[in-house]
Amino acid sequence: MTTEREPAASVSEPASETEREARFLERIDAGEKIEPRDWMPEAYRRQLIRMMSQHAHSEVVGMLPEGAWITRAPSLKRKLGMLAKVQDEGGHGLYLYAAAETLGVSREQLVQALLSGEAKYSSIFNYPALSWADAGTIGWLVDQAAIVNQTLLAKASYGPYARAMQRICAEERFHERQGYEIVAAIAQGTPAQRELAQDSLNRWWWPTLMMFGPPDSESRHTQQLMRWRVKQESNDSQREWFVNLVVPQADAIGLVLPDPALRKDPTTERWLHGPIDWDEFKTVLAGGGPCARDRLRVRREVHASGTWVRAAAEAFAAKHASGEGAQ
Amino acid sequence: MSADSDTQFTLWEVFVQEKTGAPHTHVGSVHAADAELALQNARDTFARRDKLVSIWVVEAERIAASRSEDAAGMFEPGPEKIYRHPRFYRPANPKKKA
Repeated sequence: MTTEREPAASVSEPASETEREARFLERIDAGEKIEPRDWMPEAYRRQLIRMMSQHAHSEVVGMLPEGAWITRAPSLKRKLGMLAKVQDEGGHGLYLYAAAETLGVSREQLVQALLSGEAKYSSIFNYPALSWADAGTIGWLVDQAAIVNQTLLAKASYGPYARAMQRICAEERFHERQGYEIVAAIAQGTPAQRELAQDSLNRWWWPTLMMFGPPDSESRHTQQLMRWRVKQESNDSQREWFVNLVVPQADAIGLVLPDPALRKDPTTERWLHGPIDWDEFKTVLAGGGPCARDRLRVRREVHASGTWVRAAAEAFAAKHASGEGAQ
Repeated sequence: MSADSDTQFTLWEVFVQEKTGAPHTHVGSVHAADAELALQNARDTFARRDKLVSIWVVEAERIAASRSEDAAGMFEPGPEKIYRHPRFYRPANPKKKA
């Protein structure tokens, strides 16, 4: 392949690995974007494949918790919004898989890694969406957390990743808005409905805070990723940013964040959250989430049931390519 | 093709035109078995909202691309080629006093 897929070997003067690495870091420091055919350290390539493929898998698995609510949406408007949102998540997965492929990993490998259970995806999607309020809370909290993270990744040093993120951010605002609208509507309803919204917030709040990853003191990758300008802000600072966005939103619709230790720092005027149960995070990340097995089971079934479609498309294309079917 | 072969098809690059008169610009890639499906997938992936007037898809392997290592020589910029810019030329104006 001759496009941006394959990093070509250089024909110019051979430079030592150290020289190349130094030149690479100079480019990063100068704010240049790295493109697929540029030289890059193997560790940079590996880290990006890890991040981007996890991100892609998260979009794909992220369709499942809300997907179940499409047929149960309470009105046509809600059904249209939910359908469009879930379709976007599928599209976002495709942007990200394609961007990851520019680093030399194939789509087949990526799909297999997800289906085999070897690949990770965001721990949040291993929690169940138990009520219609959850379908709203996911958009409000989970998508908003994703926007915080992705707005920063849109400035990442790897060109294809940054471009995919820019497209995703532009589309994801609507996900957050429709989710917040759903939760706000339920919270303004009967006392029982308000309770439904509050219960949903109670269950999703902490898992959403965990989406930003382990605390800075325990994050293995952050320092290197920030040096490469793949990440612009640490996990904890993104988490704090998110908390400060949500506190006034919850207040505006009369819901209470389930954190008795939530407080405003008197000097910075910033909201600070209480301690997070990192043991739960580790358990869920290691596949112990309430829905982990179910999510993969569904993905495997969908992949298997699409086999004949892929085979038919290939057979049709082969027939036409050979001229047999051309008339 | 055996029924159990797992393929994600060929890679196609996607270019879209946002309005007539505008150039087609690269927006990303899709996988598809043939051109017709590539166009369909490109529409589903890149035209869910934006108003577009045209989509091109081209098999990625048909594109020849320059190499970043060759960029310095290939795109040597114009500092030495100032004569290619209008400001290099200063026609004498007899009515203007020096």
